[in-house]
Parts: sequence; C-alpha cells; structure tokens
Amino acid sequence: MTDAAVLDRPAVAIAEAQGVCAHCGSAAPRGNRFCCAGCAAAYDTIQRLGFGRYYRQRLLDPAVRAPRPEPAAARHDLGRHVAVQPDGTCALMLAVDGLQCGACVWLIESVLARDAAVVNGRVNLTTRRLRLVWRGGADEAARLVGAVEALGYRLVPFDAGALATAADRTARKLVRALGIAGFAAGNVMLLSIGEWAGLMQDMGPATRDLLHWVTALLALPAIALAGQPFFASAVAALRHGRTNMDVPISLGVVLVAGISLADTIADGTHTYYESALMLLFFLLVGRLLDHRARGRAREAAEQLLLLRTSDVTVQQADGRSVRRPPEQVAPGDRVLVAMGERIGVDGVVETGESPLDSSLVTGESLPTAARPGTRVFAGMLNLGGPLSVRATATGAGTVLAECVRLIEAAEARRGRFVVLADRVARAYVPAVHAAAFGTFVGWLVFGGATISQALLIASAVLIVTCPCALALAVPAVQVIASSRLFSAGILLKSPTALERLAQVDTVVFDKTGTLTEPLLVLEHATETPPEALRLAAGIAAASRHPLARALVAASGPTVATEGVTEHAGAGLSCPAPGGELRLGSRSFCGLPAAAAAGPELWLTRPGTPPVQFRFVERPRADAAPVLATLRAMGLAVQVLSGDRAEPVARLATELGIAEWQAAQSPVDKVATLTALAAAGKHVLMVGDGLNDGPALAAAWVSASPATAADISQTMADFVFQGSKLRPVVLALTTARQARNVIRQNLVLSLGYNALTVPLAIAGLVMPWLAAAAMSASSLLVISNSLRLHRAGAGR
Amino acid sequence: MIVILYLLAASLALGGGGLALFLWSLRSGQYEDLDGAAQRILFDDDD
Repeated sequence: MTDAAVLDRPAVAIAEAQGVCAHCGSAAPRGNRFCCAGCAAAYDTIQRLGFGRYYRQRLLDPAVRAPRPEPAAARHDLGRHVAVQPDGTCALMLAVDGLQCGACVWLIESVLARDAAVVNGRVNLTTRRLRLVWRGGADEAARLVGAVEALGYRLVPFDAGALATAADRTARKLVRALGIAGFAAGNVMLLSIGEWAGLMQDMGPATRDLLHWVTALLALPAIALAGQPFFASAVAALRHGRTNMDVPISLGVVLVAGISLADTIADGTHTYYESALMLLFFLLVGRLLDHRARGRAREAAEQLLLLRTSDVTVQQADGRSVRRPPEQVAPGDRVLVAMGERIGVDGVVETGESPLDSSLVTGESLPTAARPGTRVFAGMLNLGGPLSVRATATGAGTVLAECVRLIEAAEARRGRFVVLADRVARAYVPAVHAAAFGTFVGWLVFGGATISQALLIASAVLIVTCPCALALAVPAVQVIASSRLFSAGILLKSPTALERLAQVDTVVFDKTGTLTEPLLVLEHATETPPEALRLAAGIAAASRHPLARALVAASGPTVATEGVTEHAGAGLSCPAPGGELRLGSRSFCGLPAAAAAGPELWLTRPGTPPVQFRFVERPRADAAPVLATLRAMGLAVQVLSGDRAEPVARLATELGIAEWQAAQSPVDKVATLTALAAAGKHVLMVGDGLNDGPALAAAWVSASPATAADISQTMADFVFQGSKLRPVVLALTTARQARNVIRQNLVLSLGYNALTVPLAIAGLVMPWLAAAAMSASSLLVISNSLRLHRAGAGR
Repeated sequence: MIVILYLLAASLALGGGGLALFLWSLRSGQYEDLDGAAQRILFDDDD
C-alpha cells in the first residue's frame, strides 16, 4: 500500500517554492504552505480519505475560480430544492463552481461515494452540474453539500425544471434526426450507386425496379422522421404568414420524394431519393452544430447567473430569521443585510448605519452612507455593519420597476431585425418555384414531352436549386465564429448578434466597472513606506470596504492581524503595544478635518507621524490600446456615466475620449442612444450596472462584462469574461470577417446555382449529377467558412 | 441472381441494428456529458 502523503510531498514542495497555496493555487504568504485555514483543512481531509492522488492529477485552470473554501459564504436554502422521489430517496441538483478538470469530478464523486447515505452523486463536466441522490431525508442535504464545499467548491441549488430543458429536447431531437438521416442516406446512396453503375452497363428493368422499391422503403420513412425539424419550422413560419429558409427546403424534399415515389410506382427510370436524403443529412449537421455552439454559450451565461443568485434573510414577526429568494419578499417585510452582503430588495433602512457601495446601481465610485430613513435599492453592497431594511411596496418609484419599464419600451421600439438568411429566402422561394414550374410547362408545351418526362425534368430543376449550400452559407460561418469567440471567453447570447455587430459604427461605454476596474487602486503605491503598508494591510484584511480591499490588493498576500475592530463608516482599530493602531477616515484617526482630494485612508500609530493612503480609480489595463484600436477601425467612441462630472472628465482626458456625458440616469442614457439611432448610427453599448439595463436594451447591439449586474447580463447580446476590454475588439473584428465570409458563401452558392440551373432546365441533369453537384457545393461552402477559423488563429 | 435479395436483406438488417443501437444510446443519455465521459476513462479507482 503506497503512502499517498509521501507521494504528494513533491507537489506540496513545488507549491511552497512558488509561494502559492498547495491546495487552491492562489498566492500564499511567504513561508506558509496554504493561504488560509480552510485550504489546510481541505488538504487534511483529502489526505485522510486517501485521495491524495488528486493533487498529482489535477490541472489548475486559471480561468476557473480557485478551489478555496469560503466558510463565511451565505448558506443557501437547500430544503426548497430537494425533490423526494417515489422510491424514498431525495434528489438535488446543484451548479458547481470551481471545477478545474476531470480530477475534480473524480474527487467530488469519490468523496460523496464514501458517505453511507449517498446513493448516487454524479457530476456532469459539460454542464458543470452535480446530481445528488441520497437516502435519509432532506436534512442530510446540508451535511453532504457542506462536505463538498469544505473542499473548496461552491455549490448552488437550482430547480432542474426551471432551466432550459426545452433546448436539451431540441438537441436530442436533432441528434436522433441526424442519426436516422445518416443511416438512410448512406444505405440509399449505396444502392443508388449500384443502380447507376448497372444502368451504364446492362441492368434489366426488373432489377432496377427492385432497387427502386428498396430505396423507397428506406427513404420515405427516413424523410418523414428526419425532416421533422424542418417541416415543423416551415409550418410554423407559414402559419404566421412569413417564409424562412425551411420553407423551400421542406417543399423541395417533399416534392422530390413524391415525384420519386410516383416514378417508382410507374416503373420509371430515375428516382432522386438519395438527393433528398443527402440534403437532409447536410442540413441537419449544420443545424446541430449551430445549436450546440449556441447551447454552450447560453449554458455558460446561465451558469454565471446561477452562481450569483442568493437568498435574502427575512426576519419574521416572531423574531426568527428565514432565508427566501428576493421575489418571495412582500412589501413591509423586514430584511436583514449582513456585512458584505448585497441588498436584495428595494426598501428603507430601519436600524443600523453603514456605508453602501452603489456602483452597480448608480455608477458612483465612492460609497454612500446609509442610516435609518435612507432609501436603498437592490444591488447595493453593504460594506459595514449589519442593517435591517423594511422592503417597500413595488411602485412607480422603485429603480428596478423603472428599469423594467424602460427596457420593455426599448424592446418594442427596436422592432424585428430580419436576418439576412431569411431575407434571401424571401426572394429565393418564389424564384425557384417559378423556375421549376416554368420548366415543366415549357417542356410540356414546347418540348413535346410527356407529362411524366416534363415532371422529371422539373423535379431535377427543383433538386439542383435546392438551397443546400444557401442554407449552410450563414450557419456554417456563425458556428465557427461563435466557437472562436467562445474560446476567447465571449459568450454570444443572441443568434443575430453577430450580424448586428458587423454594422456597428459607434461604441458607447459606461464608466464604472466597464472602462475602469471595479476596485479602486492605491495611488503612488511604490512611494509608500513598505512596513506601513504591510501594517495597514494586515488591519485592512478584516474589512470588505473597497478602500480596505484596495489596500490589501496593493500589498500582496497578507496575514490578517488579530483583534481588529471595525467601526462602521469610520475605520478600523487594533490594540498595539504602546497604544492603538487606527486605520480610517481623517476624523476617526483624530486628525484635523480638511477637504480631501479624493478617497483616502489614514494610518495612525503611537509614536510615528500618520501615514496617508490615497486611492484612485484605474482604467482597465488595456483600455487605452483598445480605444485606440476602435478609433483606428473607424468607430466613434463615447462615454456615458452615472457618476459625477469630475471623475468622468478625468478618465475621458486620460483615455483620449472627446465625447463624454456624466450624471446620466437610466432615462438619460436611453435618450442619448435614441438620439444616436435617429441620426442613423448603429451603436454598440458596453455597460455593467443596473442603471445600464435599459440602455443595453435600447442599443443596436450590447455587451456586458461577466462581473456585471444580473440584469445587465440578461439584457446584453454578448457577455465577455476576464478583466480586459480586448474581447470587445475581438468580437467586432470577428463579426466583420464573418460578414465578409457569409457574402462569399452566398456568392459561391448562388454561382453554383447559376451554373447548374440552365443545365437542369435543358434536361441534361441526371440524378447522380444532381447529388454530386449538391454535395460539392455544400463542401465548398463549408471549406470557405473554415477559412474564418484559421484567419483568426493568429490574432 | 437471387443472391442480391440475400445481400439486400443482410445489409439492411445490419444497418438497422446499428441504427437501433444508436437510438438506444441516445435514449439512455450517453450524449449528455461528452467531456465528462472523456475524462472518466482516466480515473483509476483501486476498488
């Protein structure tokens, strides 16, 4: 039996040498193996259970949250989501945050399997979800979830039914249709090649008819089953009086199958079953890839939102506290907001005094003070002591309701963006059917052909004009473009976003959290005496105030000092030999009041002069180069911010933006965007706060960073992860390239049609020629689309 | 000449069997988690 702990010593030694925590990989203070007690405990647990192999096999993914246990994290109300199954077991679905690779899946499943109560604990690595089934009642849930969270993963329960199972059903239907189409197409093509080869030699009519009947037997049920996605979509569009790309596809397939069947019954010479099936097969491949790509982006976006929702604590009349989702809170309920918790409802403060971070709601970068009687809104972060808030009735005055109203108005105004493919279909459908009908009539009247011969030639025309390549032209490019964006951390949520992005000529940014980093930064960090900084950071580690966090960030990995007391709205104090250490505002530290240039903290120690720390807002690391690139691309750039004029002006000058507006309420932002739209501009709006929601809906196309408020992420057309602005440039360039490739594809497919349609009308197209031409054109379009993939690889 | 009938029947039967297996694997949920399935073959559990 190997001593697992001995084998892991190299991994721990390496981590120690690099100065990172052996368990979670984040920075650890020098000389420590772990960054916190939680990680040390997790390491011990894993070793004790004999799963030390995990450290050797795991690959930490820098894009994923580090597996650092957070004991102070808000506990979710699990009981609500537990489902009791008919056989007496309980089931719970949880979203998992922190899965680095397959080793994490193994670890979680092995740890759960060790527990006697667990019947089945299975992690789905693709959707990042855990399905837990256990015996013993809903109360066991907390213990089991706690065991996994102690290892460093974050688990959030959700209702399995609430999330998009409709999309999963569609995917499953598409895969089934694809399997059937593939099986039938392959076999029918086999038989058809035999028939064509035979016809060129001396196959008798009896054998030919036999082959026709066998292929009919295979093809007709297959077309009926595999064509479902297209038939359903075509019928739905026709019912609304519109046509889309699926109408000519469905019509073509049905007509071809019908004509071939008629020919089979009449012992004719040519049938076209293989063409119909090949068409369905290629189209289903395209549709499935498209659906998969969109599904991944949508799932990732859902996952982001899922991991952010949290319940609020409601204090009932009898004094007990219960956690509930925000939508179940009634006006008049008392909600308790702990330190570091985000306020979940609109209301008025009843008791407690504390600074609030309202950057997500109003864009203000400095915390505002809240005391009894202050109105507060959902989305504000409580930085200081606990507050109790009485939820107000939802009325016309609440920020959220106003935002929702504005969003609805903007959506109605935007109207329907008609996708290019549908526009082409509208022109294409009548042209194709006119051509086929004209051929039929022409041959009958002028060519002197029999009805069945004319019908056959007309069906050949229908087949070669079948929009195989045309239908692939747009989806093929969209799939490749969105997968390229996905691997760069950009989630395209709307199917038409790529087309709209290509038309953008103006980019409007929000300031706080979008152009600037969400956290304030210590100014002149290199000029501060290092031991004062370290001392201050040690005290500041106990607080969640943004200035304290900025101090800790500037000082590097810090060990929190013991015995720190936080005084809400004023500062932190800590007893020290010789007196007291104080870190906080001017008045808290006993200094004479004076006008401060900006946000600042003072550190006072007995026996030494006080030290001042000043903080500024810093633009994102690549904001200046990104804006330069945007201007070089010929786009106009603007800043619209809810913050005061002074910080906005300073940032605009620093980044070289000529047009900026400050103190914008959500209504003002929408008005500016509407004015731009009226002037004929297509605007890309990039924003992150609650106050950007209506603007994001009113813009031509919108984007938001993954750190944004939930409502912004829901309204935005695409969400980008990471702390850089470069994804915006990448999305714009990809969209433009995609538009060019789509145009090339359309030219290619229409060109192919222009070549083959005259041949078909002249009656020169045989079934094998039709099938070969259709496959060749589809492959040509797909290969052209792949050029997009390679071209982007170098960027 | 009658051999073509045997061949047709045999190939359709085999093909049909393949299709049935595919539909079964789809229905039993084996396409739900392709990334996880790829990683699971690397787990080596001693028990």
